[in-house]
Amino acid sequence: MAKILASDLAHSYALDPQTDQNWALKPLTLECADGGAYALLGPSGCGKTTLLNLISGLLKPSRGRIVFDGRDVTDASPEERNIAQVFQFPVIYDTMTVYDNLAFPLRNRAVPASDIDRRVREVAHMLELDGMLNRRASGLTADSKQKISLGRGLVRSDVNVIMFDEPLTVIDPHLKWVLRSKLKELHQRIRRTMIYVTHDQTEALTFADKVVVMKDGEVVQIGTPIELFEKPSHTFVGHFIGSPGMNILPCSIEGGKAVVAGTAIETANGSAYRDQGKRLELGVRPEFVSFGNGGIPVEVVKVLDIGRYRIVEARHSNIVVKMLVPEDAPIPQRAHVHFDPGHTRIYEDGWVVP
Amino acid sequence: MTLELKNVAKHVGTDVHIHKTNLVLEEGSFNTFLGPTLAGKTSLLHLIAGLEPPTTGEVWFRGKNVTGVPVQKRNVSMVYQQFINYPNFTVYENIASPLRVSGLPESEIDARVKGTAELLRLVPMLGRRPSELSGGQQQRTAIARALVKNSDIVLLDEPLANLDYKLREELRDELPKFFAGRRCIVVYATTEPMEALLFGGNTATLDEGRITQFGPTAEVYKKPDDLVSARVFSDPPINTAAVTKRGSSIIIGETIELPAGKAFQSIPDGPYTIGIRPHHITPTVRKTGRAEIEGKVLVTELSGSESAVHFDLLGQTWVSLSHGIHRFDVGSRAKFYIDMEHTFFFDRQHRRIEGRG
Amino acid sequence: MNKIVNQRAWFFVLPVVLLVAFNALIPLMTVVNYSVQESFGDNVFFWAGERWFQEILTSERFHASLFRQILFTGIILLIEVPLGLAIAITMPRKGPWVSVCLVLMALPLLIPWNVVGAMWNIMALPDIGLLGKSLRSLGFEYNYTRQPLAAWFTIILMDVWHWTSLVTLLCYAGLVSIPDAYYQAAKIDGARPWAVFRYIQLPKLKYVLTIAILLRFMDSFMIYTEVVVLTGGGPGNSTTFLSIDLVKTALGQFDLGPAAAMSLVYFLIILLLSWLFYTLMMRNEAR
Repeated sequence: MAKILASDLAHSYALDPQTDQNWALKPLTLECADGGAYALLGPSGCGKTTLLNLISGLLKPSRGRIVFDGRDVTDASPEERNIAQVFQFPVIYDTMTVYDNLAFPLRNRAVPASDIDRRVREVAHMLELDGMLNRRASGLTADSKQKISLGRGLVRSDVNVIMFDEPLTVIDPHLKWVLRSKLKELHQRIRRTMIYVTHDQTEALTFADKVVVMKDGEVVQIGTPIELFEKPSHTFVGHFIGSPGMNILPCSIEGGKAVVAGTAIETANGSAYRDQGKRLELGVRPEFVSFGNGGIPVEVVKVLDIGRYRIVEARHSNIVVKMLVPEDAPIPQRAHVHFDPGHTRIYEDGWVVP
Repeated sequence: MTLELKNVAKHVGTDVHIHKTNLVLEEGSFNTFLGPTLAGKTSLLHLIAGLEPPTTGEVWFRGKNVTGVPVQKRNVSMVYQQFINYPNFTVYENIASPLRVSGLPESEIDARVKGTAELLRLVPMLGRRPSELSGGQQQRTAIARALVKNSDIVLLDEPLANLDYKLREELRDELPKFFAGRRCIVVYATTEPMEALLFGGNTATLDEGRITQFGPTAEVYKKPDDLVSARVFSDPPINTAAVTKRGSSIIIGETIELPAGKAFQSIPDGPYTIGIRPHHITPTVRKTGRAEIEGKVLVTELSGSESAVHFDLLGQTWVSLSHGIHRFDVGSRAKFYIDMEHTFFFDRQHRRIEGRG
Repeated sequence: MNKIVNQRAWFFVLPVVLLVAFNALIPLMTVVNYSVQESFGDNVFFWAGERWFQEILTSERFHASLFRQILFTGIILLIEVPLGLAIAITMPRKGPWVSVCLVLMALPLLIPWNVVGAMWNIMALPDIGLLGKSLRSLGFEYNYTRQPLAAWFTIILMDVWHWTSLVTLLCYAGLVSIPDAYYQAAKIDGARPWAVFRYIQLPKLKYVLTIAILLRFMDSFMIYTEVVVLTGGGPGNSTTFLSIDLVKTALGQFDLGPAAAMSLVYFLIILLLSWLFYTLMMRNEAR
């Protein structure tokens, strides 16, 4: 277990980076507490895999330092950093049995055979692989193979951090659910530092204590799943997290209240804001929009039923508002939509107004 | 213009990929084939397209037997999971390629390509090659290629699976618009129940080479014929337990007694399997009359707006999904409330029993 | 695919079928024809049945050349396959040197085979050849025109120089297709280079190696041009392999019957050994 610090870290895959675009990872500083579960979340190309590989040692940074527990490991190899990594597709040694696969990292480090046996059986039990220890690894299903990949990282008792690079990509949705909870359960049990890279917000939010949201090589926001959900500091975070994402409506400010389509709306941060002529937007999540007496008049244009709730799309001239309505609640054709002031915020040029 | 599969089966060596299947797809319908990997979705798509001949049975289209007809002669388009485009052609040429084969005049080809590109928001990309496009744009090019032909049947095999989560959401929202107003039969294969629900139309649940149920999506979801269909169409997985019904209560494992829902009080006493979707179990009482159970909390997952609580009930793990943030300490005992009206009852053959009254 | 439903495909195949028929099947049938007849020149033929086959299969000379051939092929495979694989592993997979290495590896394969033979012929000459003179100056009594051992040594060296590249290029293609993640995982697991080879690279190269070995096996079993140009089958008949023996019989002695029979036996041996070998390598694959 280790506390991880990435200090002024930046990376470029080009030999001689000139412009901003050449930098896959722009300078950032990040700290991961000992035993915490972190997720790096963002769309393809945002730099999350680069950051992961820099921390694990598979890549040497163009700039900056990486420190584990006060020890500078920037020039250390992955074995020297004592990390474990689970990849996007299961990486197993085809010719070996499940037992041998799990024992492999320990055998390479000359651990005595009795200890190996104990650790392997312990980890196999944790991951529910007990019954398969003597089977050839190549014949198993994708989720079992991913468990073996994970197991190889868990058998080593000295592992500082376990990294996951979109590990559930090849797993069926039903098993994804099971494996995800298993990972969470595992983390709570063994309390090792874990860093999880994904583009799937559900995976990130359910697994992590803290989520690092990234875009175009930069960190946009770091926070707990609840903070990211309730107080997104950038419209990108509001859009990317949540299904459907946050409603982002152009607005203007008048007398401390936001004005959208001619209607004045109470916000959490509008009263102290002074207009500086920049682009203003109002952000409110569909979960905090409801049918009410005040608010913008709308007409319901689309209702999508996904079982446990309905996604309602309501329109006022060229403004579209999405909202979530519970399973059996009524949906009027014409109504007014009310935004919960505590969860409605004004964003200037994309960033939330303090 | 309907597509019919009559007693179609597919055997490869000794493996049965598709058991004897009968299916009727209507003109202009959007059909989702839902099931886990290796359930037979791709095999069925190949049989419908004519890429593979069935081992037994016949495929009928427009009242004619097309079983032996090769795929080139059938008016079919297909979109794959891996964005398949001609790498050396521009987007324009890619979309035009199916039309060039049919020898249409250039002006007509141009009009159709431009029209389809506009529908799929590809107009600014027309001069680029697929390697210069993002994943979402490449897949839209593949879909455009499938649409421009105005085929009778359009087949999509998990087309969104290789896309980022947010891109998948966006394309998913747009997909029904592409097919609106067309007379083609659309078949969309997926592993995600959410997609089936969002598309509406009809859904066929597949499991191990069998279609377990086919009908309007909302009906298949709310009234599954059997336990397998209920399982396939639930994400998160449905909670099940073996119970005994006695009088107006149901007993789980001898120790837990719950009142049976009003509609099920009059079904015969005896052993059943119940199925409850996770969002019908909540940690807070919202309606009166909800049955209460207690379980040991194993893990809580908070995804911003929803909480999924996994708890242990008599050795089985159950999941409760509810709105809002509910935190529980691991290992603590907590009370959960079940909406008994939305509980499914399955008999000994795992067929669903309809409630009465 | 079970049934071929599209009949139009046959029309595309027809030209090739005709070509193969003309160039391969008809000559083959001719050979079969000759092998069961005896000729006294001037196109006079008598039925001989299986007489030539019996003669061939019991002939000392045939056994000798078959033995030499098997020994040669065995040695070749034992050297070229591990060597080719080793070179492929050390070749860089990324960076500017990749193209340079690939070109260097391809060069020996581009040279016409008789030129290869001629090259080595001259190079191994004991008095003026680079190889020959150097070996003699090191104290070896080297003369490939007189000593069978020296002849074998030279032929094997020539073949290794000529064909190892093929094994290398095939193995290289196989290695390049192994995703990086496997190497990364091995690094993380603390695996030594030997373990990486044994548990990751070798299993993933299984198909490629099978093809490489099969190709080398078949080609070396039919070797003719290079050997004939280098040693002519000598000294004596110490390097007379099957093909060379066959040509001597057919053309040198105008014995069409025995030659034809020998060709067929030869063909069947290669077929049998290739099939055996392939089945053995693919034994573990159920599908």
